[in-house]
Amino acid sequence: MEFQMNKVVDSIQQAIKASGLKDGMTISFHHHMRNGDYVMNMVLDAIAQAGIKDITVNASSFFDVHAPILDHIRNGVVTGLECNYMSSLIGKAVSEGILEKPVVFRSHGGRPSDMEKGTSHIDVAFVAAPTCDWSSNCTGRIGKSACGPMGYAVSDAMYADKVVAITDNLVEKLDDISIDGKYIDFIVNVDQIGDPKGIVSGTTQITRDPVGLRMAENAAKVIKASGLLKDGFSFQTGAGGATLAASKFVREMMIKEGIQGSFCLGGITSYMVQMLHEGLFKELLDVQCFDLDAVRSLSEDSNHKEITASEYAGVCCDSAVNHLDAALLGATQVDLDFNVNVHTDSNGYIIGGSGGHSDVAAGSKLCIIIAPLTRARLPLVVDRVVTISTPGNTIDVLVTQRGIAVNTKYGKNKELKQRLIDAHLPIMEIEDLKRIAEQYSGVPSPLETSDRVVGNVIYRDGTQIDTIKMVLGN
Amino acid sequence: MRRSMLFIPGNSPSLLMNADVLGADSIIFDLEDAVSPAEKDSARILVRNLLRRFDYDSCEVIVRINSVDTEFWTKDLDEIIPFHPDMIMPPKTNSEDDVRLVSQYIGTLEEKCGMKKNSVKLIPLIETAMGVENAYRIASADERVAAIFLGAEDLSADLRCKRTKEGTEILYSRQRLVVAARAACVDVYDTPFTDVNDDEGIRKDASFAKALGFTGKASISPRHIDAINEAFSPTQADIKYAHEVMNAIEQAALEGKGVVALRGKMIDAPVVARARQVIEMEKAIYGA
Amino acid sequence: MEIIRKAWAGTGESSDAYVLVSPANTLEIEISSVVYNQYAKAIDKAVRETLADLGVEKGTITINDKGALDCVIQARVETAIKRASEAGV
Repeated sequence: MEFQMNKVVDSIQQAIKASGLKDGMTISFHHHMRNGDYVMNMVLDAIAQAGIKDITVNASSFFDVHAPILDHIRNGVVTGLECNYMSSLIGKAVSEGILEKPVVFRSHGGRPSDMEKGTSHIDVAFVAAPTCDWSSNCTGRIGKSACGPMGYAVSDAMYADKVVAITDNLVEKLDDISIDGKYIDFIVNVDQIGDPKGIVSGTTQITRDPVGLRMAENAAKVIKASGLLKDGFSFQTGAGGATLAASKFVREMMIKEGIQGSFCLGGITSYMVQMLHEGLFKELLDVQCFDLDAVRSLSEDSNHKEITASEYAGVCCDSAVNHLDAALLGATQVDLDFNVNVHTDSNGYIIGGSGGHSDVAAGSKLCIIIAPLTRARLPLVVDRVVTISTPGNTIDVLVTQRGIAVNTKYGKNKELKQRLIDAHLPIMEIEDLKRIAEQYSGVPSPLETSDRVVGNVIYRDGTQIDTIKMVLGN
Repeated sequence: MRRSMLFIPGNSPSLLMNADVLGADSIIFDLEDAVSPAEKDSARILVRNLLRRFDYDSCEVIVRINSVDTEFWTKDLDEIIPFHPDMIMPPKTNSEDDVRLVSQYIGTLEEKCGMKKNSVKLIPLIETAMGVENAYRIASADERVAAIFLGAEDLSADLRCKRTKEGTEILYSRQRLVVAARAACVDVYDTPFTDVNDDEGIRKDASFAKALGFTGKASISPRHIDAINEAFSPTQADIKYAHEVMNAIEQAALEGKGVVALRGKMIDAPVVARARQVIEMEKAIYGA
Repeated sequence: MEIIRKAWAGTGESSDAYVLVSPANTLEIEISSVVYNQYAKAIDKAVRETLADLGVEKGTITINDKGALDCVIQARVETAIKRASEAGV
């Protein structure tokens, strides 16, 4: 055991030096600490101090806490970004053209798959590890900065040339591990890798908005009418208000009808933990915790299982998304072909990314989008989305507060549509939803963008499905 | 069919524009308690513009105006009546005179706007001891009165008793209003249940109101609407029985029989009337 | 109607607009909106319609729009102008 401790180096600077990081290389990070992450900023500061330039940063997600990266971009330390999701603060700078190179947007499943295939190469991975042992095994379940699973970092650890684990809790021996110590080359022990309170950075509260609740209830009714809600049912929701609220209604239906589900997948919230403890589902398959109750449950309950990004949504293997019955997802825009935009807002600014959106849509038997028909006047349904994040042929149903559209464009869902009509749900065509939205709001002027590309959207299979253009006036 | 009535604050654009998707049979645009005195003008103009712009044809629109002892009620009606609300709800109705005052004013506006006479109905809100005592006279005061509605919050203050979840303090008033309304052949609506987070409580309270004879119930929270609709809808067993009754009647008519029996029981006129009501509700809820 | 004093109406909430009007010798309309790119023309048209209906020819009209429908913006403009005029409060 003793010799393994040789991997411990004194500082991030030393680890960077030992890793052989040079100008032009690609480094990676995971986003399990979400908006509480300290590691990316610490590492980039150290890289800047070392005088290294032209670095591409591949992070599973960028949050507002990572805004200092914008200075490193301006100084030429960072010249490329790759991610599955980018919050609006960094998204705004990218949309205004801060980078020469377009950002590469993947999905949670596409990112590890591209590493496995070798089409995405990481020179040095920096892994925030809430706890690390003397054999350099890592876990996210315990420690003062516990974040739950470390699933998004597993492919980085396996496929990067060098891997640096950065921890604030070094212990003798771990039993449950997220990442095997054999993949770790260096360990740095620091004061604090993050603020666990920042993990709860998404919208993980059940909405109190009456329109959101009404849509959520209708989405749950769609699931019931589809015939999928029976023993063995499997389910995923996004963390957004209305999608999360739908799980409340699904839960009530399962209790009422005595249904025992198989698994809940995805980003896990306390609400799903409750459903596990109530016996409604046999297990939770958890790639990421959205709140601290979920973190606690992962370390205490053996039916709450940690999975890797690849096991969650990868395309190279039979991942969990392929076994999903129903999935509930959000959207900023949906077009007449049911293509969904979760990357950009109506003005063309980057405000997010696929995350697991396109993976879950592709894998699930029934993919339901829930979104209000207008948001602050802007119509949800448009002729063509600003950015295609998830192709329409993987979407089955759109639920809004003024009607539900079933996607029968691709020769599918005819039976589903009839079932929903028979269940007295307010079924209409997506063209009708667009027309109704425009009755309220008026027809919006079309968005004008620059020709310069600031982002490429790479689908989970590795093909490019859209580009994101620079906003005008910059 | 009006089982549930949902109050929507009159000065909130986002709530007003989505008021018709929350599952309520009727929506009450509130210019009274939900609007502060300094904003009465802006709420009145906002509600008027929304009524002018949108049909709200999937539900009935009621506007609660300010009471006749304020300076606002005529201004409220001046703006609102030309845009055809289904009903006006005058609050703090104490007597038949209060009803007639409002009705006459609406009448002059209807005439001025070339609207059909008595096309706007009234649902007086009874929320004082005097109003309860005069309930039958209020309910039968005017052709416009289509329903009366009990408001227990102000009433319990007027009665100098505490408002409780169990509602013992309003039991007499509830029953008094039901009898008054039925005697006057108008509908009758129960007071809102005010604990927004008590799902079991609203279910019990709505079922109790239904058992007392109320036509439906108002709500201040969209979260209560489903429970109210459920309590005031016929059950599947009710619907099945109603169809059996109607089939038996038809069959008897074909066979030229005068007396009809179903499951060994005589079907008399009240049973048939009840079955018709149930089938009407079924059609309204589930479509033809 | 004539704008003889400063007055306002509306709120800064989503789907609402905050409207400020004040006396001036010419008519000036200033619009800021979260949906400016999509609806600037529609908002301008809606405001002018209401001004014409009320016979307002002069004044500074400042609209801070948070995605309000045209009929909501018009209600806020009308309220502000009535509050700012002789007959107002």
